[in-house]
Amino acid sequence: MKKIYLDYAATTPVDKRVVKAMEPFFSEKFGNTMSLHYFGQETKLALEQSRKTIADLINAEPNEIIFTASATESNNLAFKGIVFGNKSKGNHIIISSIEHSCIVESAKWLQSQGFKVTKLPVDKYGLVNPRDIEKAITKKTVLVSVMHASNEIGTVEPIAKIGEICRKKGIYFHTDASQSFGKIPIDVKKMNIDLLTASSHKMYGPKGVALLYIRNGVKIEPILHGGGQENGQRSSTVNIPAIVGFAKAVKICKKEMTKENKRLSKLRDKLIKSILKIKNSHLNGHPQKRLANNANFWFDFIEGESLVMHLDLKGIACSTGSACSSFKLEPSYVLLATGLKPHQAHGSLRVSLGRFTTEKEINQLIKVLPKIVKHIRQISPYGKEN
Amino acid sequence: MAKKINPHTKKAKRITPNKKHTRTFSGVGVNTCASLYTPKVMETFKNPHNYGKIKNADGIGKVGNIVCGDVMWLYIKVDKKDIIKNIKFETFGCVAAISTSSIITDLVKGKTIKEALKITKDDVIKSLGGLPKIKYHCSVLAVDALIEAVYDYFSKNKKEIPVDLKKKHEIIQKSKDIIEKKYEKWEK
Repeated sequence: MKKIYLDYAATTPVDKRVVKAMEPFFSEKFGNTMSLHYFGQETKLALEQSRKTIADLINAEPNEIIFTASATESNNLAFKGIVFGNKSKGNHIIISSIEHSCIVESAKWLQSQGFKVTKLPVDKYGLVNPRDIEKAITKKTVLVSVMHASNEIGTVEPIAKIGEICRKKGIYFHTDASQSFGKIPIDVKKMNIDLLTASSHKMYGPKGVALLYIRNGVKIEPILHGGGQENGQRSSTVNIPAIVGFAKAVKICKKEMTKENKRLSKLRDKLIKSILKIKNSHLNGHPQKRLANNANFWFDFIEGESLVMHLDLKGIACSTGSACSSFKLEPSYVLLATGLKPHQAHGSLRVSLGRFTTEKEINQLIKVLPKIVKHIRQISPYGKEN
Repeated sequence: MAKKINPHTKKAKRITPNKKHTRTFSGVGVNTCASLYTPKVMETFKNPHNYGKIKNADGIGKVGNIVCGDVMWLYIKVDKKDIIKNIKFETFGCVAAISTSSIITDLVKGKTIKEALKITKDDVIKSLGGLPKIKYHCSVLAVDALIEAVYDYFSKNKKEIPVDLKKKHEIIQKSKDIIEKKYEKWEK
């Protein structure tokens, strides 16, 4: 059975062109970028070229990009780095209620250290209202963080508007762009972004490398102390093969972005239209303001883990926000924040498309899913179709 | 007193991937999420036995809560000799909930009530070749559903209810109340 991968929001396969670009940097060009000799300078050059390529994608200066090992690390650095580096300015942070768990947990930890955190609600589509941010800002606010696009429901947040508000008030604005970077245009200058997180493995680059954009002039306290790499903001020997791969992935995304967005939107809309024909099915996230590769549904009287496993048995890989599939046995807090009740969140299904998704694959899902939903409802005490 | 185990001297159990309990993808060659469940669980989940309703059931056991994500209804048909002649289930829930529902119907069918009540959660887990720890509650749910169905049968037929069964029924009801209270705000 041919496997169909529709979980690109979880991670993506590395593009073969990226693998090819990385290859020389394992055994041939292996030097430590801090070394003075030829080997070191060779990789140092590759590092700085990669930094420039990546900075260009979001209209940043190369020295504003620092490489980390994961989006989780970048988000942790943004949060802890900003609040500890700007203690004299205040002690208050504002986040949205649908941020990734690495932001929620970082904020929670800072709360335990005496900082104050405000979590802003979202509407039924998962949108943050910029006016709520304006209202939540106090004299003590040092950081506002709202993700660019939701990893779960794909909703794209009005970050340019939020950036404008924060800049006016002189408050740092961070955005987690892990899901949008390389997929939709970002201009850190026009959007008034002070800090931005992006990750390589969500855009056909390798795992183990991510970045934090820190606008020149923003004061940040490092978490990792040591040899002073990455402008002293993140000590560690840099992961050169991964960074070179990240840069190649950015190049490809930049070149193919417009065309790819068009192609994926068409597939996504076909999928949504077909799936919503299933009785008692609903769309999560915004109907228009959403990533081209994300479709998220919930079905009445369906438990998501069963749904995902039935799909897996048919060779189709998707994910769910059901409690039963999580290690905490709690339903997705993102879906609850959009107003879903726990039993509705149990029945959620995220389908995320990507570069190697074909129309044939989408057709297969459209063919298989209604039968599975029917079967699960048949077994259940609720929602039977007679 | 519980035996103290020194983690430094305790011989570590060697973990070798059990081929029987893992699924491999050609070309990938590693476990996937399916290795969370044993082949028996997956097989039962894929082709569950005895699902549906029994009209005019002699006893019905309803346990679980939709807010938590697991609801199990068990129907039994009992003959004059107290043998459970027929049993069916309706379950809303995860892979583990559906496979424990199916397996308990297999374990119970044809047994006398007395025999059926001896089935424990460990029997359910064993029959499935194991369950992930986090899903053990699904095996409890299956046993509870059976207890409730038998209790229902006894009370409907005005039979004398064994003390042990009554106690178990009360515990199940009590925890049901606690859960319902906890999730009150979500109920509609």
